Amino acid sequence: MTPDPSNKLMREPAISFWLPIWTLTLRELLRFFRQRTRVIGALGQPLIFWVLFGAGLRGSFQAPEWAPKGMTYQEYFFPGVTVMIVLFTAIFSTISIIEDRREGFLQGVLVAPVPRLALVLGKLTGGTLLALIQAALFLVIGPLLQFVGLAPSLGWQLTLGGWLAMVGFLCLVAFALTALGYSMAWSLDSTQGFHALMSVFLMPMWLLSGSFFPVPESGWLSWVMRLNPLTYGVAGLRRLMSPLLAAAPVSSSLPSLATCLVATCGFCLVTVVLAGWLTHRRSVINVR
Amino acid sequence: MTAIRIDQLSHAYGERQALDGVTLEIRRGEVFGVLGPNGGGKTTLFRVLSTLLPTQAGQVTVLGFDMATSSADVRRRIGVTFQAPSLDRRLTLRENLVHQGHLYGLSGRALSARIDDRLARLGLSDRQNALVNSLSGGLQRRAEIAKGMLHDPELLLLDEPSTGLDPGTRHDLWRYLLQLRDESGVTVVVTTHLMEEAEKCDRLGLLDHGKLIALGTPAELRAEIGGDCLTILAEEPTRLSQRIAERFGIEPKLFGQSLRIEQTRGHELLRDLVEAFPNEITSVSLGKPSLEDVFIAKTGHRFWEEDEADEQ
Repeated sequence: MTPDPSNKLMREPAISFWLPIWTLTLRELLRFFRQRTRVIGALGQPLIFWVLFGAGLRGSFQAPEWAPKGMTYQEYFFPGVTVMIVLFTAIFSTISIIEDRREGFLQGVLVAPVPRLALVLGKLTGGTLLALIQAALFLVIGPLLQFVGLAPSLGWQLTLGGWLAMVGFLCLVAFALTALGYSMAWSLDSTQGFHALMSVFLMPMWLLSGSFFPVPESGWLSWVMRLNPLTYGVAGLRRLMSPLLAAAPVSSSLPSLATCLVATCGFCLVTVVLAGWLTHRRSVINVR
Repeated sequence: MTAIRIDQLSHAYGERQALDGVTLEIRRGEVFGVLGPNGGGKTTLFRVLSTLLPTQAGQVTVLGFDMATSSADVRRRIGVTFQAPSLDRRLTLRENLVHQGHLYGLSGRALSARIDDRLARLGLSDRQNALVNSLSGGLQRRAEIAKGMLHDPELLLLDEPSTGLDPGTRHDLWRYLLQLRDESGVTVVVTTHLMEEAEKCDRLGLLDHGKLIALGTPAELRAEIGGDCLTILAEEPTRLSQRIAERFGIEPKLFGQSLRIEQTRGHELLRDLVEAFPNEITSVSLGKPSLEDVFIAKTGHRFWEEDEADEQ
């Protein structure tokens, strides 16, 4: 039996691609701002890290060759903390996939006539926006700490174009990290499992990205860091944040901006494709 | 008019066969009940029909669309209410419905009007701005139905819809489902393990161990057993069973502490039994066969025995 086509036109609106993305993004934001502790946690911890490590490691920090004269550890650490905020926010927003699945919400979305890619993009856009909002707050609050003596003067000298480039790049990093978290969350059935992966995989990935200490010029560690996609996210951000470093010579601990951009785009592409592919499969893990 | 055609559907989770060669047709505009014990395969059938699981073997056609190739077409036309709540508990009821509408391509004033209508119909209008978290279980369930009905589906699938509902709310739910069938011609498919609920369906399919063991209206199913049903409670059921067999030439079926006999002219047998074994029988009841009797007759085991085998 074939359905009556006139009836079909009357009754169903066309499947939209953008509307589901919009609504899933909006939900992500609404949920986030209704949980105040999440807002505090994702921003507070990195901010404290920045101040405490900045104070504690000031004496032992050896600035890398490319660093401008007199660079303090806190200045060095600044892009790293920004990436940490993006990482935490992006990753925690994807844990909600596991919660959504357990609470049943995800099933409701899966049986809706939503293209699977729209589902993925909705979640990723939500996570990315949250990460950007948090990072922006840090970029404003961080430098203000100099007035209470908790931070050095960062000497922001960015033009509007520079700001836009930086935010755009941060957006790319956030998108890639959210997609990474999404892929992990999609394949796991407990938040405990997610936390375990977080401490053995995501934290080391951040630590070994040049955000916490400079990439050494040789040795096995330098190779791990060169293979780490996040290294290019941190380095790119470093170059974009400071006009002094924009033209600094290329070294293994500070790759060129073009390299950073290509590597980050590649990272983003791989994780998004992975997230899309995982979602496309119908799997038993999603039915409870 | 067929709403759902299922042909030789089988589904396995690894080693465990959850559905085994089920063939079944569900008509348009009927309330069809899938009755069976937990672990019988009804939830798996529900998952396949709601497009959550792919069809592993066999063919399923829903509203004229082949599940294997046109699940997107199916998704647009069905409304699904899960056993577990699917509302976002951190959003308000109305926000949930707006979100649902967007997922189904509805927006703006049309969506708003539709939400108002569903809320009013389910008596939820005054709670629409409450966080779902703060709603009682009964209200949440009603909200789930409102969610499933928002896009005017031609087919509504409900998995154990009465779970956690008090009798009053359960009654209201069924009144609403029957109203949907009568006024809008919606086909309703309900899975249940409650006999009382199954009685309200137009037709029933009995699932046990993944096999469809009976199909028909509740009255037809009962008629298949025929006659009356005697349930006897005894101190020593095994011995009594033997003695009944010796004396009357009937083989009662033994279930725990009780014996069951299906017999035409059951009232005469009742009288003879009580006269013959006045001391052995604790109590005896005579009734028309229930759907549970049908289930027992078809499977040889009680409905609740295999509860442990729940697939959750």
